[in-house]
Amino acid sequence: MAAPDLLLYDEQFQKIRGILQQLRQDSSSNVVFLVDKNGQQIAAAGDLSTLDTTSLASLTAGNVAATDGLARLIGEREFSILFHEGEKDNLHISIVGERVILVVIFDERSSLGLVRLRVRRATSELEAVFTEIAARSEGAAGLLGADAESPFSEITDDDIDRLFSE
Amino acid sequence: MVFINYAARELNCKIVYYGPGLCGKTTNLRYIYERTAASEKGRMISLATDTDRTLFFDFLPIDAGSVRGFRTRFHLYTVPGQVYYDASRKLILRGVDGMVFVADSQEARMEANVESIRNADKNLKEQGYDIATLPYVLQFNKRDLPSAVPSDEMYRLLNVKGEPTFEATASTGEGVFDTLKAIARQVLTELKKK
Repeated sequence: MAAPDLLLYDEQFQKIRGILQQLRQDSSSNVVFLVDKNGQQIAAAGDLSTLDTTSLASLTAGNVAATDGLARLIGEREFSILFHEGEKDNLHISIVGERVILVVIFDERSSLGLVRLRVRRATSELEAVFTEIAARSEGAAGLLGADAESPFSEITDDDIDRLFSE
Repeated sequence: MVFINYAARELNCKIVYYGPGLCGKTTNLRYIYERTAASEKGRMISLATDTDRTLFFDFLPIDAGSVRGFRTRFHLYTVPGQVYYDASRKLILRGVDGMVFVADSQEARMEANVESIRNADKNLKEQGYDIATLPYVLQFNKRDLPSAVPSDEMYRLLNVKGEPTFEATASTGEGVFDTLKAIARQVLTELKKK
């Protein structure tokens, strides 16, 4: 079954950002960001001014998807951690709750051991938030209160025509 | 899987351009990239071989403006068209919200078109989607070539469900934005139903 739409509300968004900021601080890393497995960036912490985060998100998801394919070829369910080592900067990529990807960019001020340790704690916190999000996304079809009503139910043809025309 | 970020008031949709090898999927994206203002597009990424054949995917994020106060972004992907990259094609279909099928109008490529639509159908099913319900647009590309098969004949051969169909010459841009707008319209209309 295809995954339902992902709805991210402010409350959970703030929680996620809090966890990412804490992780960045605790792991002495430069940037921490979270990407949906389909390549959409969810949240980030750190100095993003020099990073093309949209491209980073899409390529990370492509990388994880290809690695997942490799895992299944050799009979593994997934490789839950990927590590890319560069001359100065390194990438630590891990899967959270089978649905999202946590990326940590760090340099010599941190270490792989420290990042792994801190990522483990952040992962369990993030998993809890994503369980909430999944429940809310599924419930949004009509069981939740008025605040969950989709603003898109009123989209008109004019709204759509205006896209791409600006 | 549309990603609606209420906190950032953003709406993100994934559109995949599918079709046989050398039908012009990447050329569609390149034209969109060239004709979109710098402020409304991200970097175009092509994971291609040395001979410019798509190896994994092309990716182009486009900002289409606002709908109901939400910044609407379309993430455009192509798949590698060559038959033996099937494993990669399946991966790219994950989370797809709409598909554009780019058919090559040359007579010699009709069989490849048919084979590629079958392949799309099979791979979509494997990912939990149904081409009958997924937003879907058909494009007949390379209309400028002298060997182009008449459109009505192509339609009879390739039409799946009466989907919107466009003639195009992606190398000059003809029909490229019409195709994109048509798939965007379907994806957003689908959102309205939810």
